[in-house]
Amino acid sequence: MSQKTPIVTLTGVQKYYGDYHALRGITANIGQGEFFSLLGPSGCGKTTLLRAIAGFEDISQGQILLDGRDMEGVPPNRRPTNMVFQSYAIFPHMSVSENVGFGLRKSGLSAADKRRAVGEALEMVGLGQYGGRAAHALSGGQRQRVALARALIMKPKVLLLDEPLSALDKKMREVMQVELIRLQREVGITFILVTHDQEEALVMSDRIAVMFEGEIAQLDDPETLYRRPKSRRVAEFIGMMNFLPAEVLGTTGTSTEVEVAGLGRATLEAGQCPNGTQSGTGEIGVRPESLTVLFEGQTAEGGREAAGTVREVVYYGDMTYYDILLDGAPAPVRVSMRNMPGRRVLDFGARARLAWDPRAMVLFG
Amino acid sequence: MRPIVLLPLFAFNDGTVIAFPLQGFTTQWFAALLDTPALHQATVNSLIIAMSTAVFATILGLFAARAATRYGFPGKGGIVGFIMLPLVLPEVIVAISLLIVLMQLGLNSGTWAIIAGHTLICTPFAIAILQGSFSNMDRSLEEAAVDLGETAWSTFRLITLPLVSPGIIASLLICFTISLDEFIIAFFLSGNEPTLPVYLWGQLRFPARLPVVMALGTILVILSVLLLVIAETFRRRGLKRAGLKDTGGFL
Repeated sequence: MSQKTPIVTLTGVQKYYGDYHALRGITANIGQGEFFSLLGPSGCGKTTLLRAIAGFEDISQGQILLDGRDMEGVPPNRRPTNMVFQSYAIFPHMSVSENVGFGLRKSGLSAADKRRAVGEALEMVGLGQYGGRAAHALSGGQRQRVALARALIMKPKVLLLDEPLSALDKKMREVMQVELIRLQREVGITFILVTHDQEEALVMSDRIAVMFEGEIAQLDDPETLYRRPKSRRVAEFIGMMNFLPAEVLGTTGTSTEVEVAGLGRATLEAGQCPNGTQSGTGEIGVRPESLTVLFEGQTAEGGREAAGTVREVVYYGDMTYYDILLDGAPAPVRVSMRNMPGRRVLDFGARARLAWDPRAMVLFG
Repeated sequence: MRPIVLLPLFAFNDGTVIAFPLQGFTTQWFAALLDTPALHQATVNSLIIAMSTAVFATILGLFAARAATRYGFPGKGGIVGFIMLPLVLPEVIVAISLLIVLMQLGLNSGTWAIIAGHTLICTPFAIAILQGSFSNMDRSLEEAAVDLGETAWSTFRLITLPLVSPGIIASLLICFTISLDEFIIAFFLSGNEPTLPVYLWGQLRFPARLPVVMALGTILVILSVLLLVIAETFRRRGLKRAGLKDTGGFL
């Protein structure tokens, strides 16, 4: 993705609110047509950064280029960006059509052209029949669509979305996630999404910037972010991860030899050691789905087998989550297993055997 | 509330003595209102003052309420508190202070002085009403308009004003009512151009005029209640239009 022409270039962007350092030097390129997400806990500066790109916040230091143009001193109404607000900000005293057509007021289009553009925009978000409705008579999902149509009708270079799905219920959220991906592919506009929901970011984005305390902790595509988190903090924020103490035994070439508590000896490649740990002790991170419970008659490939006791069983219907205390490990690890016909769910307190794979491990220093 | 009920009772009573038993029904006191030129002059004065006050207080209130709800600035609490002070200050104090200031400046009292005084006491009410309108309004509505290409001024005209207009109308009506009924400041500053309440008070010295005063009072009470009801109606309609729940009014 990064080889695409950048439409947004952030260079050392800093923001202070009095003594509070909200953005601590953000540098990133966002490509033309990319679906880019800013992901982080509340207060990490992701919304501040989005508002700085929109022009609602002045930055204290650094540079924001939009389509190659420096945005210093350019007010929001003259930036090639449009925003979908968290509250949707639908004008309550206007109809749906008036809301969607609001931005065309100064476009110089004829009344007929404007009507057609509004019709097309509403059609695009699946609200073709709703033009005449009063804005306050809409449901949450419909408001969301009106806000999208109102922003997209402006044909912005970049569409900014500030937690657009957080006000919707779970089902509607999933529908809108898919809808947003479809829309983005259709219009080919760069989307920048702010969210605190890691699942939402993984589902929708081409690339994700994980932010903590005003800094980008990691910027990668969803798969890399999930499989190869660069720090324990990122690993904990994205999905679930088990951590086991490990001792680094030595390095040969690009590979590192570790002894993992409860599991055994493993050889890791350079990409699995983001902190470049070469000696001493560290922690091994491994996702629950990368550990496999071995049932009767099954054996682990390459003899990478560990044994432990089941300490908790959480049954979800399609999946079962086990907490298993491995012999020699200080704390239980969580293992997720798909339930299959003819396979019995293990009981609490039972002995269990696990298979593991060194390729699914990450070493944190 | 009981004294107000007595007002229309004696206004229609056929007798100059304000006492029970009632003498009979008459509308002569209302008729007498019509051929009293001094009363007409006082009414005109009052209307001019009340309308000017309503407009000035509401405009000032609009600026102050917007500033108080949208911006943070050093000493904001103190400044807003200072503007709201006349709300709790006894009116006699306000009136005397104004009179002293006028005399110190060597200015004449009169209609415009009363307008200034009434604006002073009405502005806090205007702010209280308009602050409600502004804080009920989602701030991102204004940002959305700017984001869609509007300037600060056109955003104010197209978004802010329509959404706070019920509050503006409510504020105008309430300020008008307060000014129309206000006595103490008008009494101190009116000079030889009495307002309606000041004229009324002057008439109380003549027992024979009492029923006429009652008739006038009846009209004023009805008018005031009517204006307040209209003001509250507009406020509620505004909330409904903005799709918000009523969070208690002032009535």
